[in-house]
Parts: sequence; structure tokens; C-alpha cells
Amino acid sequence: MATYQLNINGQRKEVNVDPSTPLLWVLREDLKMTGTKFGCGISACGACTVHVGGVATRSCIVPVSHVGDRPIVTIEGIGQDSVGRAVQDSWVETDVVQCGYCQSGQIMAAVALLKHTPKPTDQNIDESMGGNICRCATYPRIREAIKNAAAELTKGGA
Amino acid sequence: MAITSKDSDLNRRGFLRVSFAAAGGLIVSLYLEPRFALAQEGVTQSQTPPARKDFPPAAFVNIRPDGKIVIEVNRLEFGQGVQTSLPMLLADEMDADWGSVIANLAPAADVYKDPMFGIQMVGGSGSIAHSFQQYRDLGAKTRAMLVAAAAERWNTSPDQCRTEASVVHGPGGRSATYAELASDAAKKPVPTNVRLKGPTEFKLIGKKVKRLDSRSKCDGTLKFGLDLDLPGMKVAVVAHPPVFGAKVKRVVDDEARRIEGVRDVFEIPLAKGTGVAVVADKFWPAKQARSRLKIEWDMTEVHPADSAELWTMYKELSQKPGNVAVAKGDASAGDKIPAANRIVAEYEFPFLAHSPMEPLNTTIRFDGDRAEVWAGSQFQTVDQMAVAEVLGLKPDQVTFHTEMAGGGFGRRAVADSHVQREAATIAKRLRGTPVKLVWTREDDVQGGYYRPMHFHRVEVGIGADGMPAAWRHIIVGQSITADTPFASFVVKNGVDSTATEGAADTHYNFPNHHVWAHHPKVNVPVLWWRSVGHTHTAFVMETLIDELAQRAKMDPIAYRRKLLKPEAKKLLGPLALLETATAGWRNRLPNGHALGISCHESFGTGVACAVDVSIENKRPRIHRATLAVDCGLAVNPLSVESQFQAGVGFGLIQLMAKGAITLKDGRVEQKNFDGYVPPYIVDAPIAVDVHIVPSTEAPSGCGEPPVPVISPAVVNALARLTGKRYRSLPLVSI
Amino acid sequence: MPGIRVGLVVAAVVAVALVAGAFARTAEVVDSNSMAQGLAAWDQVYSVLTHPRCINCHTATNYPQQGDDRHRHIANVVRGPDGKGVPGLNCASCHQETNADSTGVPGGHNWHLAPLEMRWQDTNDRPLSSAAVCKQITDRSRNHNLNGPGLLKHHEEEPLVKWAWNPGIRPDGTARTLPPMTHEQFVAATKRWVETGTPCPSGK
Repeated sequence: MATYQLNINGQRKEVNVDPSTPLLWVLREDLKMTGTKFGCGISACGACTVHVGGVATRSCIVPVSHVGDRPIVTIEGIGQDSVGRAVQDSWVETDVVQCGYCQSGQIMAAVALLKHTPKPTDQNIDESMGGNICRCATYPRIREAIKNAAAELTKGGA
Repeated sequence: MAITSKDSDLNRRGFLRVSFAAAGGLIVSLYLEPRFALAQEGVTQSQTPPARKDFPPAAFVNIRPDGKIVIEVNRLEFGQGVQTSLPMLLADEMDADWGSVIANLAPAADVYKDPMFGIQMVGGSGSIAHSFQQYRDLGAKTRAMLVAAAAERWNTSPDQCRTEASVVHGPGGRSATYAELASDAAKKPVPTNVRLKGPTEFKLIGKKVKRLDSRSKCDGTLKFGLDLDLPGMKVAVVAHPPVFGAKVKRVVDDEARRIEGVRDVFEIPLAKGTGVAVVADKFWPAKQARSRLKIEWDMTEVHPADSAELWTMYKELSQKPGNVAVAKGDASAGDKIPAANRIVAEYEFPFLAHSPMEPLNTTIRFDGDRAEVWAGSQFQTVDQMAVAEVLGLKPDQVTFHTEMAGGGFGRRAVADSHVQREAATIAKRLRGTPVKLVWTREDDVQGGYYRPMHFHRVEVGIGADGMPAAWRHIIVGQSITADTPFASFVVKNGVDSTATEGAADTHYNFPNHHVWAHHPKVNVPVLWWRSVGHTHTAFVMETLIDELAQRAKMDPIAYRRKLLKPEAKKLLGPLALLETATAGWRNRLPNGHALGISCHESFGTGVACAVDVSIENKRPRIHRATLAVDCGLAVNPLSVESQFQAGVGFGLIQLMAKGAITLKDGRVEQKNFDGYVPPYIVDAPIAVDVHIVPSTEAPSGCGEPPVPVISPAVVNALARLTGKRYRSLPLVSI
Repeated sequence: MPGIRVGLVVAAVVAVALVAGAFARTAEVVDSNSMAQGLAAWDQVYSVLTHPRCINCHTATNYPQQGDDRHRHIANVVRGPDGKGVPGLNCASCHQETNADSTGVPGGHNWHLAPLEMRWQDTNDRPLSSAAVCKQITDRSRNHNLNGPGLLKHHEEEPLVKWAWNPGIRPDGTARTLPPMTHEQFVAATKRWVETGTPCPSGK
């Protein structure tokens, strides 16, 4: 067991856990933040995507001991960010979700994409979103919602 | 014009036929303390509810003092949209303010049983189809009681009142909100007859209405079953046998017990065989401990299924007729046709796992004389009985909460309730402490209950007109319903209709048509996988028909239109609509692209599909899919559109290079999404446009109908690009 | 005798020229023994370079490979403009600064794909020949201007190179396989190869 100081959504959180515990399970069980989901445990599906140090990161395979003081942003906090909020709003406007279980991860990946590439092409979307599984296969609407969010954000004069 | 319900024909399913057409036959039940008034065939009058401050917690409608209207949904929501569409039906007839509506997933209770099937369930694409009349009646009756209360209050008659957006308006400008009237309304008798709205009066029904659960699924606040957290809760994982049905011979668990947070390790019985449960404070220690168990398995009494062996056996079986599913005309008609005009086609379909995104889980707390269950179950009342049985309780001693589920596709509708039984067994030992059983993705991929493996052999004799004159079809595959209570309804003459649907009941007109089925017994548990038999029969039918169209040098849409029986309105309509909808592109594809066509009816809904496909990086790239659909009245066209846009993406797992579960010497070879790979965004169509045939017929389902059409359509396009026939799935290479 | 003296001078000049030109990998090395040694050393270096722990990131495609069977990396990860992936799916999305043995994900400093100039496979994921790889890594217009000592230093000190000998545990708990010799042996072989003028085998 070891104690870690984590910076999550701008807040300091302290946990005392086995160092090998993936960040995903620290978030879900020690911090009761269940917005980040468990889908596969081998980083194949992206349901566990959070941002660590500004990088879209698959929390199911990053042990908490590897995080350090890099700031973490989860689905619970991404709405504080203008791109995050635009993506969430676009997801709702475009009626993307079905079962919704993968969508935290999809949104976090989409936000990372849009922060970096404000006007993504279909190929940009294929590549950045290409590692997130949606078993309901809401992909066409995900694609549309990303483009809608991009349009909204660039309209705002970004 | 009031739309009345009508009997649905369940012959293809053979389930209990419950007629609810009789006026007043299905009555809104108002919850009366612990007693529910059952809604059954015939008449059951509810008692006058006691006076309460707010409208009493009704079985289906609860009007809160703050004006919020909580509508109980009698089915699991797992993506298909029922938590919006069913409340729409009720809210429209009730004239409720839609902005005040909250949907709740109802717990297990008799009153929430599917009116057709007699169990609380979601499946068979039946939610809207079976509860269409029910929920409308509920809304209309609730409205009537509110109006009656207002009329009494104002000393006027109900016909002097009108309702709109949760307000009753009376003569002289009087008005009262539903919240204000709720407690008086609750005292009114439930009317036996109500008039339902005509289509011109709909405010919600037939309109594109956005989902109620979107925001909470986008901001991390909505809790799925796996997210549940209860005080003192423990987490359990189970080591399952590597060969189905094997038993634990010996366990060495000292290393496992040394993991900090591990509470207990013990053997448990499973639906078949035994396993080892690990209970810990949290998931991670439980999982780590399980991986440190050293288990010796007793495999002496189980047969190790092997895919290669099964293919050999199935192919052999396909050489001879089996149990008769269809016998129309002359079985030897095909023999009289010259060999040059005969096609023999053999098809292979592997096992498929459902792999819903949320791994299976159930949380149970057993208190000795009561139990509480939280599960995203498609079979609440069946599971409730199973849990009660394991715990030695009566079903009404088990409170069964329906949790939001992350997908299901049939995987959460299991007759043997094996996951709930595992959880109950563990909860029994942990008496007093709630325990959450979690299946990892490996448990899921390797855990069985797959879409069965199938082999088809079809012999087609082509007539001089290019149409099939003789069609002999042998289907080999496990019976899904065998050894379950459903078998008595579904298996006739040794044929499980869930294996032959889509082929035996084809709408194509074959003058000589014979279908046989073999159902071998195999040591692999199998289950219905979204669209069930249609997953493989539609592929066979639509690729062969397409091949025949090519041979006849006919347009694939025209050929189908000619071959379909005139009664096949639910296919002819979509085909015509498809022609119109694709007029701008289907004959103008760029070089390297090809058109693929298919059409198929399942669960009462007819679908025609056109795809634009090219080959990129040796895989099919679907640039566009156009779908034309006849689902009767589309209650929520937005929901229909979503179901079809996404459902086709789901169906494409059948074509994925690693879209197969295979067994070798009894062991499943795939472990996780690295070995069993579903479609990602690059594998799905880039764009899908959906066109709904306008209809006022009773609604049919949209959950499963998108799935069967997509794989044959894509393969038909590929066949035009490469000249090859693709009859063995998955498409490992093109 | 003047002829002999001229001959000796010419021989010396030629010898110096040849030694200096050894870097240009001419086949005409004076000392055929050291040439043989150098080629043998290169064989050893090549055997490491084409081991999965190294070659999985030296691809000609827009994706890395993984595993001893060098299958395409899961989750459709792609190269991206700098070999570090793309914004929604970076190498760093999963690969941290060190191995994560509890979850089976390898890690090392600045995890990324080798640039395309350093691809050691063809676009069908087949390793290039010994001659082709040798030619490539000694081509200063492609190898980021590394000379012999530069190559040696790369083999000796680059964290991602050294990672190959500390590749961590797989998700199933087993250890990843190591290259066919120790890092010290690899460095020693590289040294011998460099000292003999980085000779390359003939052929394609």
C-alpha cells in the first residue's frame, strides 16, 4: 500500500492503495467516480479514457504509481472546459447515445481530438476515434456530433 | 379515429398468446401499498386507492407534487430507447408536459410483465409492439381520472374540460395542474373504456423526440449496474472452468489469499460444473487474487467442443435431410434441372459473443428472510425466481431492481439465470453483506452463451426464367431453446424455429421449397444474439438471391421485387422506397466502388438496404448505407433512425476478420477484444440514411431488424468488386 | 630503387584512402580478416534489430506491431505525423515512462515509432534483408546524420533501445522474450562493426 496525491479535475485527492492498482479502479472505487468505465481492462476499447497531463490516456492499464503529479481530467470534470462542454452539448443535440456505456471514453477522446485539431476531417476522426469501441455502433452519429461540435467551436471565433 | 390494438401473431415464436384487444382488458394498475393489481387477460378491477397527498405511487404513473411525472418503464433500457419511447406513448395520451417526464426502469413485478409473453422481459424487438396499446391505455386512463377529479371540483362534466401539457382547463377559464389534482384523481375509479387519440391528435407519437437519458450518459452521472456502490459492499469474481461444465478438482489459494483486501475464496456450483469465487473489498484485489489461484479441473465428464471437429460434423449432417421445417412442392424437383442451372452453396457461421460494452454484473444482499438484487436484466421475473430459489426464498421476498445496462443484445436474457445464480450463491455465504459479482471481459468472451455455430447447405435449381424453381435448404446448428422452458413453444417437429426463421418463412416465392434442420447437441451454451436466426439465414438468402440476380443479368432490386410474394408488403414497400432514396447515387458510383443490395423481414419489420462499398487496406470500406424501413407506425422516428444507423454497424461484426469465437480442445481461443474484435469506427459505415415507409399500422420492432441486412449487402457489393463468393464467415481475407 | 619507392608510396596512399573510404562501405577492404569480422558483427547486430522487441516499432506502415508474432497492434493505433500517434490515441495514451507490469503494458521514455527512414520492414510487414537494413542505417542522409560512433552511442544509450532488454511482463503474466544476446553483447558487436568500418553484406 502507498499513499498518492492526485490532482483530479482541479482538486487534490489523496488515496492509499496498492501501487499496482490501475488509475481506473482508483477513480471508480477509491474515489467513487464511476463516470469512467471498465470495458476490457487491456486498453482495447477506450471506455476508460481520461486526460492525464493533457493527453488522452487509457486508465485501465496505467497503474496509479505511474501518474505522479500530472493533472487528471475525467468525464465528471470535462464540462468545465469549453471544448468539453461543446462536445457534451453536441452529443446531446445530435442524440448520439444508445446504451451510453462507452460514451464517457468517446467524449474524452473527441475532446482531445478537437483541442488539437479544431476542424477534423473524416480521416482525423477515423484515426483519433479509431480505438474506441461502441458495441451499439453509434459511430455515424459520433462522427456527426464531432463535426457539429467543431462547427460550433469555430463559429465562436476560436 | 381511435387506433385500437389488435392481436399479434406469435406463431413464429409460439409463446403464450395473450389477447389484450378486448376493451378494458388491460387496465392501468394503480399501486396500492404492497399489493399490485394484476393486469391480465380478462378483467381485474383495481380497488379505489386510499387518499394520499400526492397521486399514490402508481404502478406506472406517479405525479409528484412538484409536477414531475415519473413513468415506470416495464423493460430494461440497454440502448434501444424504450425509456423514452414508452413514456412518449403514455405522456401523449395523458397530455402530460413532456418536459416534466422522468422515466424509471421498473423493478421486477407481475404488473410489469410483457402483455404478450407473460414474463417481464425485453427481447424479440417487442417493447413497442407489445406495449403500444398498454402504455397508451395507461395514459388515457390517467388523463380520464384527472379530468374526472377536475370536473368534480368545478361541478361540471368531463366533456366540458380539456387537457394540455399537464393542465386541465375547465369552463370559465378555470384550470388546475395535474400535480394539484393528483390526490383527488387517485380516488377516482379507473375507467374501463377510454378513447385513444387519432393520429392527427398526436403531440409526441410519430415525432422525433430526443432521448431522456442523453445528458446523464454524457456527463458521467448516470449509474449503470457496474457502478453501484453500497455501504459495506464486497466485490466478487469467479474462476470459471476452461472447458464448459468442468468441475474444480483441487484449488491452491494461499497466494490468492495473501493479496491485501481479499476476504474469502471458496468453490461454488455453476449452472454447469463448478467454479471458484474470490471475494474482496474491491475489484482489483479480487482480480489479482483470482489470477493467483492454482486450480486443477476435473474434465472427465465433459466433452471438449472443438470448432474444427464441429465443422466436419456439421458438414456431414448437411448432406442429408433432417427434421422438416418446410415441405412445399416436390423435393426432387431440383434433380430434374440440368446441372448447369443448379447451384450448390455451403455456408459457415462461427460462434459469436454478444460482448455488450458493460461486462455482466449483479449485486445482491441476502438478509435471511429477504434479498435485494440490482441487475441490468432482460429477464427480471425469471431472474428473480432463480435468485429466490438459490436463497430459499419466495420470489416476492426478493426485491429486484432494474439497473440501466450498457448493452445486452440478448446476453442478459438467459433462461438459466446463470449470472444471477452465481451472485446469489455468493451472497448467501456473505449473508448481510452486499456483494457485487463482476464478470471481466475475459469471463465474457470465454463464458459461452454464444450465437450458435451454423452450417447451411442450399441446392438451388434455376428455372428457365432465371428464377429459383427449386430450393432445398439444410440448416445445421444447436437449438437455442432446447432444455429451456421456451422449447415447448418454439420447437416443433424437432425444429427450433429460432434456427430457421428467415429461411423457412421466407417471403420469396419458391414453387418447390424444402427446409430441414439438424440440431446437434454440443457442449457449448448458446443463446439468442440480436436478430437470432436471421443473423445467418438472411445472409444465406440475400447472398444467394443476389447471385441468382447476377446470373439472370437483372437489377438486384428488380429481381427481388419479381421473386417476392405479392403479400410481402413489408418488403415491397421498402424496396420501392429504397429505389427512390438511392436514385441519386446507386447507379453512379465511382471507380472501385460497388453497390450491394439486400432486403429482409424480421420481427415484423421489413428492411431494404443499399450500400456503397470499396476496398481499402484489404478491408471493406462502407461509404454509405441507405435503409428503407417498414415498421408500421414509427412511434419515435428519431429512435428508429438511431436503431438502424447503429444496428447495421453492430451487424458488421460478422464480417470482421476476428469476428468469431472458436474452440480448440474444449477451450475458447479468444480472450478479450484483442482476439475477438468488434467493429470500430473505421469498420462502420461512414454515413447511414434511414427512410421510413409512412404507415398507420401497429408498430413493429426496430431493435433487431437492422442487423440481418447489412452483412449480405456488403458482401454482395464485394462480390461485384472481386468476383468472389463469400460464404464462410468471418471475412478473414477479401 | 625509385620504382619501388613510388610503389610503396602509392601503396601507402591507396591503403590510407582505402581505410578512409571504408566508411563508404566499399567491398575492397584491405584486411579481409577484419572485413569478415565486421560482417559477422553486423550479422549479430541485424539479429537484434529484427527481433520483435526492436522491429515491432520499425515498421514501413502507419501502424506498429506487437508480440513475438509481430501482429498489428490492437485498437487501430496509427503512426501519426511524428510517430507518436494522434490526438485521441497517442502512444502515450497507454505507454508510460516505464513498464506497467501489473497491467502488462510496456513503457519507456518517449515511447514512439521509429521514423519511416528507419523502417526495417516492407509494407507487407516482412523484415528487409540484412543488406538492405545495413545500407539504410549507414546512410547518413537517412539516419539523422549518425556516423559510426553515433550509431554506437545510440545502441548503447538510447532508452527505447535499452528497453528491449527490460521489456516487462505481458498481460498474461509471462515475461516478454529478449533479443538473442545481452545488451552488452549487442553493444560490443556494434563496436566491432563500427571499428571495421561498418561493412555491409552485398546483395539487396
